[in-house]
Amino acid sequence: MQSSVQTTPGLSKILMLVMARDLRLAVRHWDQVLQPLIFFVIVTTLFPLAISPALDELRKISPGVLWVAAMLASLLALESLFRPDVEDGTMEQWVLSGQPLSLLLLAKTATHWLLTGLPLVLMAPIVGTALGMPQSVWPVLAGTLALGTGSLSVLGAIGAALTVSVRRGSVLLALLVLPLEMPVLIFGARAVDLAMHGEPVAGPLNLLAALLLFFVSLGPFAMAAAMRISVES
Amino acid sequence: MLAQVAATSPQPQLEARAVHLWRGEKHLLRGVSFALYSGELLQVVGPNGVGKTSLLRSVAGLLPVEAGEIFWRGQQLPEGRDDFHGELAYLAHVNGLKSDLTALENLRYGVSIRRDVTTEELRDTLKLLRIESCSDLPVRALSAGQKRRVALARVMLTRASLWILDEPITNLDKAGIALFEARIAEHMRTGGMILTAAHQLLLQGQPGVRTLELQ
Repeated sequence: MQSSVQTTPGLSKILMLVMARDLRLAVRHWDQVLQPLIFFVIVTTLFPLAISPALDELRKISPGVLWVAAMLASLLALESLFRPDVEDGTMEQWVLSGQPLSLLLLAKTATHWLLTGLPLVLMAPIVGTALGMPQSVWPVLAGTLALGTGSLSVLGAIGAALTVSVRRGSVLLALLVLPLEMPVLIFGARAVDLAMHGEPVAGPLNLLAALLLFFVSLGPFAMAAAMRISVES
Repeated sequence: MLAQVAATSPQPQLEARAVHLWRGEKHLLRGVSFALYSGELLQVVGPNGVGKTSLLRSVAGLLPVEAGEIFWRGQQLPEGRDDFHGELAYLAHVNGLKSDLTALENLRYGVSIRRDVTTEELRDTLKLLRIESCSDLPVRALSAGQKRRVALARVMLTRASLWILDEPITNLDKAGIALFEARIAEHMRTGGMILTAAHQLLLQGQPGVRTLELQ
């Protein structure tokens, strides 16, 4: 009955601890944190080079370009989500901590979004302007990316938890996750496209928000189940 | 002797009955059974590759057993798994430390997801294991033995009643082993239990210390 004497931390405190730890680690590894963002900028600059530098043409494809680039950048960032913790044995400690694993992994995913998703949201309007996107579309672009990259992070985290014990599993992860992410891409790019033509965007935005809620509410359980399988090998 | 044990603790705290485990084609554990009572140290011995680590991982719940049963306080696992894990401190071959965090930060994040802990308590434990000078150094700068001591400090700080330690004294020097043996003896005195996989036996000949040989 030793455990009843101890004061156990509340769930919100555990969430804060995991997030604080990951933020601190990110500060000491800021170069790795920046990589997906730089990737995003580079991929979007490839299109003017490959297609045409004429802004009229670029404007038409800019919603799709930004969204696909954001999706790939978020995929690239997934590699660093769970792998370091699994390799150094921290994840085993978490699995055996007696605390809900789903919550620990959700906290990690949320921090991961703050570090890799949020910078994309902030950077996208600037890159969009370079592709000829009008300023009036900025709020919609940032809004769809904020909702969408959240969904991408959760979906990606499930895939990352499944493939973390596979050696060089990043290609497998992409094959697994990209098809599942397509609805997010469709609604996100569609909303930006509608906004550029001055049409109402509430429909696709609501759907994006619904997808995010769905993934955040059920995703952590899938992550925890997948992680247990990966650690049990 | 047996009657005496039975009088003080009527049932084993941790018990494995006929545990079987296959790794691929290999039938690794063939009906391993043991019982662990309060205040005991059980050391699993045997040659490399005989399944010591697998047995420890199975008991901890990191590997599902294919046949056999494991009981914690009379309840068959994985029923009540979270309660069991709340009283378990597990240390694998890898230390579970972040090389970019300092020893103190590692202990704080490692322990406080399980229980509230003060910085003094963390520093005191580091002092007990004679690594207080390392507390503010990033773990990457520590030697292998010092890292192991930090990991052992985390085990001690969780205040778990059951320690499952996979070759805990790897990389420890003589002084480190003596310090750690003293902590184990202390843990046993307060009713704790320890299950280890070992090549070098600890606390040989002391009461409550047993070995389990795998073949």
